[in-house]
Amino acid sequence: MLKQLFLNKRKSFEVFTKAIMYLSVGLTAALVLFLLLYILICGIPNITPELLMSKPSYLTEKIGILPDILNTLYIVFATLLLVLPLGVGAAVYLTEYATSKKMVSIIEYAAEALSGIPSIIYGLVGMLLFSNHMGTCLMAGALTLVIMNLPTIMRTTQESLKTVPQSYREGAFGLGAGKWRVVRTVVLPGCVDGVITGCILSVGRILGESAALLFTAGFAHAVNGLVDGLAAPGATLTVALYVYAKEQGEFGVAFAIAAILMLLTLLINFAATLVQRHFAKRRSI
Amino acid sequence: MSSIISVKDMCLWYGEHQALKNVNIEIMPKSITAFIGPSGCGKSTFLKTLNRMNDLIPGVKITGDVRYEGTDIFAKEVDVNNLRKEIGMVFQKPNPFPMSIYDNVAYGPRTHGITNKVKLDEIVERALRDAAIWDEVKDRLKKNALGMSGGQQQRLCIARALAVQPKVLLMDEPTSALDPISTSRIEELVMELKENYTIVMVTHNMQQAVRVSDYTAFFLLGELVEFDKTDNIFSTPGDKRTEDYITGRFG
Repeated sequence: MLKQLFLNKRKSFEVFTKAIMYLSVGLTAALVLFLLLYILICGIPNITPELLMSKPSYLTEKIGILPDILNTLYIVFATLLLVLPLGVGAAVYLTEYATSKKMVSIIEYAAEALSGIPSIIYGLVGMLLFSNHMGTCLMAGALTLVIMNLPTIMRTTQESLKTVPQSYREGAFGLGAGKWRVVRTVVLPGCVDGVITGCILSVGRILGESAALLFTAGFAHAVNGLVDGLAAPGATLTVALYVYAKEQGEFGVAFAIAAILMLLTLLINFAATLVQRHFAKRRSI
Repeated sequence: MSSIISVKDMCLWYGEHQALKNVNIEIMPKSITAFIGPSGCGKSTFLKTLNRMNDLIPGVKITGDVRYEGTDIFAKEVDVNNLRKEIGMVFQKPNPFPMSIYDNVAYGPRTHGITNKVKLDEIVERALRDAAIWDEVKDRLKKNALGMSGGQQQRLCIARALAVQPKVLLMDEPTSALDPISTSRIEELVMELKENYTIVMVTHNMQQAVRVSDYTAFFLLGELVEFDKTDNIFSTPGDKRTEDYITGRFG
């Protein structure tokens, strides 16, 4: 009789914990879903071809985000162009060439720490380091983002370099290949997936970055070509979002930009998964 | 006949640990020399010294004299990449690169500067024929080498080593990861290769040493206990420890 009672008590506890867990899952899912839907519902009706294809003018009180789209592209492009050789080069050096284990672990630790710093601090440093010398411009922003994304590219490349089997290196050395040839023909092709994953993560980070760019790249809305664009100040989509929402009260435009950014982020995450799946499949042959 | 590789009083340390003690050996050209001995006796370490693959391991220190065709292989003027071109290596586990069969075999010649397509085709075909695998792969040279069976992969690795036209081939337990049929194919192949190459082979399998080798060296605890014609080692060993090992008393 007593035993029966005890069992019941345990069962009700079981039901109680289950209910709490369902509640937390439900709340989390609801929040995410609400956010997604809210932004899309407020944003999508405001995304018009005119908004996407024109530049703003204070005279005609017209708003267009073409310059911001272009600026974002320029900054993504310039940052990747600079950060890729640096990050991949550093990773290759640390995994393939460096002989001092202590130095490697210090650099790895520093990179780890660097990736945890709030981005506004990067902005401050970038302003002093770059904008003070070259002026507030997209290039100063890109350079700041290079420092910010260097650890990401370096770490993902390093992780995937470590998965290249040692036996490949031995085999190549055994055939009389020199160090650089081994790295170029056997090691680097094996880490392409890591580099691509790092790139995608970085693009995501650049798209979402605003704090570091507020300091360094400026707020201008002029349409520029790639070369002169990098030397001129300009707002990226996230910075434009801030400006339109906070300073001009154009919430429709802000939500349109938010929706665009969100769709892009989803797309990037999707691409990252695809790439990883593709390489996992290739590796398992 | 004079030796192709000659080693005098060689010692090797991994940091503080001495892995080889005063090894002396003369390897005869166009013969098969087998290294036998229990695990950890230093036979693989010694093999890897001969083409300086131990250079890749940090903290290795080597003393003594190792000569290939009369040249000190540790001399400053020696280019280790050229040394490894002369003294090729086949590893314990088949390790083809994740590329096509053709590119695997062409890797060595390309490394040493051959880019002419006709010439490469020729070298690749000859290496694959010499490694007795041409007929199995000639229709799928562009396929990824990782899709082959383990035995085929190992023969591909032998072809890859032959393609740089070495004089000596070091084999580190080349059949230990293979099934019996693949093993006997590799053994047959090794015996054919002896006509043109000097082969030095580490093996865990004493029957294999008896079947294929001309000379046998018995290693124990970092020492080269005995080195003689294979027939003599297995019929009238000169050292009590050799006798105990080959009769299965330890190891």
